Amino acid sequence: MSVIAEATVPVAVRPRRRVSFRAVFGLSVLLVMGGSAVFAPQLAPWDPTRQILVKRLRPPMWQERGLREHPLGTDHLGRDILSRLLYGGRISLGVGLTAVTLSGLIGVTLGLFAGFFGGRADAFIMRIVDVFLAIPYILLVMGVVFALGPSLLTVILVMAATRWVHFARIVRADVLSIREREFVAGARARGNRALRLLLRHVLPNALTPIIVMATLELAFMIIYESALSFLGLGVQPPTPTWGWMLADGRNYVATAWWLATLPGLAIMLTVLAVNLLGDWLRDTLDPRLPV
Amino acid sequence: MAPQARLTLFSFVARRLLQSLGVLLGVSVIVFALLHLTGDPTRLLLPLEAREEDVRQLRALLGLDDPLWVQYVRFLSRAVRGDFGLSFKHQIPALTLIAQTLPATLQLTAAGLGLALVVAVPAGILAAVKRNSVLDAVCSVGVLLGQAMPVYWLGLLLIMVFAVGLGWFPAAGRDGLASLVLPATALGAFSMARIARMARSGMLEVLAQDYVRTARAAGIRAFLVTYKYALKNAAIPLVTIVGLEFGILLGGAVITETIFAWPGVGRLAVDAIFSRDYPLVQAIVAVLATLFVVINLVVDLVYTYLDPRIVYARSAL
Repeated sequence: MSVIAEATVPVAVRPRRRVSFRAVFGLSVLLVMGGSAVFAPQLAPWDPTRQILVKRLRPPMWQERGLREHPLGTDHLGRDILSRLLYGGRISLGVGLTAVTLSGLIGVTLGLFAGFFGGRADAFIMRIVDVFLAIPYILLVMGVVFALGPSLLTVILVMAATRWVHFARIVRADVLSIREREFVAGARARGNRALRLLLRHVLPNALTPIIVMATLELAFMIIYESALSFLGLGVQPPTPTWGWMLADGRNYVATAWWLATLPGLAIMLTVLAVNLLGDWLRDTLDPRLPV
Repeated sequence: MAPQARLTLFSFVARRLLQSLGVLLGVSVIVFALLHLTGDPTRLLLPLEAREEDVRQLRALLGLDDPLWVQYVRFLSRAVRGDFGLSFKHQIPALTLIAQTLPATLQLTAAGLGLALVVAVPAGILAAVKRNSVLDAVCSVGVLLGQAMPVYWLGLLLIMVFAVGLGWFPAAGRDGLASLVLPATALGAFSMARIARMARSGMLEVLAQDYVRTARAAGIRAFLVTYKYALKNAAIPLVTIVGLEFGILLGGAVITETIFAWPGVGRLAVDAIFSRDYPLVQAIVAVLATLFVVINLVVDLVYTYLDPRIVYARSAL
């Protein structure tokens, strides 16, 4: 009997329990990046701001003139690239995670509110969303950061204050359909208050797109934090950031390839890992979500 | 039937227009606020050692003592007429400066978007048709890399390899078609990845539809089914993407222009921000946002024309 039952199930329909390459790769890269950011003080061979001018512009150690004590070479002021990369990861990941959390909190709250209550509040919130979507994001952020004075806090706050609209949009769209479902009507009929309804019944059912959106936004924030740094509007020196390192390397593209290449590689690997993880989460949690 | 449909279409267009105006009004509020974020704008205009009396005089002259809403209304009524004031730095009308640099930016953006479309659409469609082939795999890797590479880094790499190393293209400036190649590639790469990805998934979706299967079962040649019936339907969502991508590219142009010393609005904007040239910053943000709103309005209207299934319902807005 069981043999027949087994045979009638087409192979393709069986749930696959294969380990996803994307998930493994994404997670391991992120763990390495996160770990080296957290333990940068222990791992870094040098103080990232220490300048040794006699050893300036040394290539990575596998190249001619490379030094063993500076595995990834030194920059134009003789600072150790590896140590700077490790410390730079703290800023990129730290700013990215904080900014995504903040913008997620704002966006999800307003999206829930707009989608659930509808009416004027909804119209008002969505018009604000439209306005933010219309303004070239980078210009707005640059203008505000410059006006307020660039610092770690300003960068995080301004990025969060301008990116929440993306969370608000998807959450609202999701809530619009969730609030019409029977279990919400049921919970309402049982006399639940609106706030409880939202937190206990609506929000849990809107979590999947929020999680997926959060990974996409994290990748975005990492890229933009380094873009701001690159333009000189991010976290200020001497704090090492990947964006600053890139900007420094810009003047040496012809003579010292490693200056601009290595921090870029670090940004790309991190963003790639976050994106892979996001893709995998989407496919696993809800394959119907748009690409 | 006909008058009814025309009426809905008319009210849809009217409502969409009104919505665009509303967005622009919101943009004007933010642009206005940008100047006042710094506290006292007169301090930006005068040298640090200016006398208190001069500051007061200038405040009165600029109308900064009026209530905020009076200032806003004045700002708006001037902005609508294209008057954003003189650029602090260049001492000529901000809009004139933008008019001089906008063509270069539009050229770069159009080239980036064009390049993205020309590569991404065929690649995405072929990847879908030849699913799980080597081509599909190459395409996926390209998409992943394209989405993870920051534009400023890609720009630097391109300069390193193709300008400094091989010497095929100039590293900076705007001088003929050759100088357009590297910046357009750097700018278009991200959009290329996104468009290829959407083209692939859109095509896969259409290929799985019943009417495609029916067409195949009816014995219509596979080539025709794929490239005529399926492709036509897969193309519709791509139209909206083009509008959105254009906006993203305008933003990306800010960084690309800085790297390649491309004399466009983006570089002008970065320069204006660093020299505290607020009227110019305001004007640039306003112009780019207006451009974005108008393009998306046009795209939306084209979209509803292309896809008769669109319902002109209130909720669609």
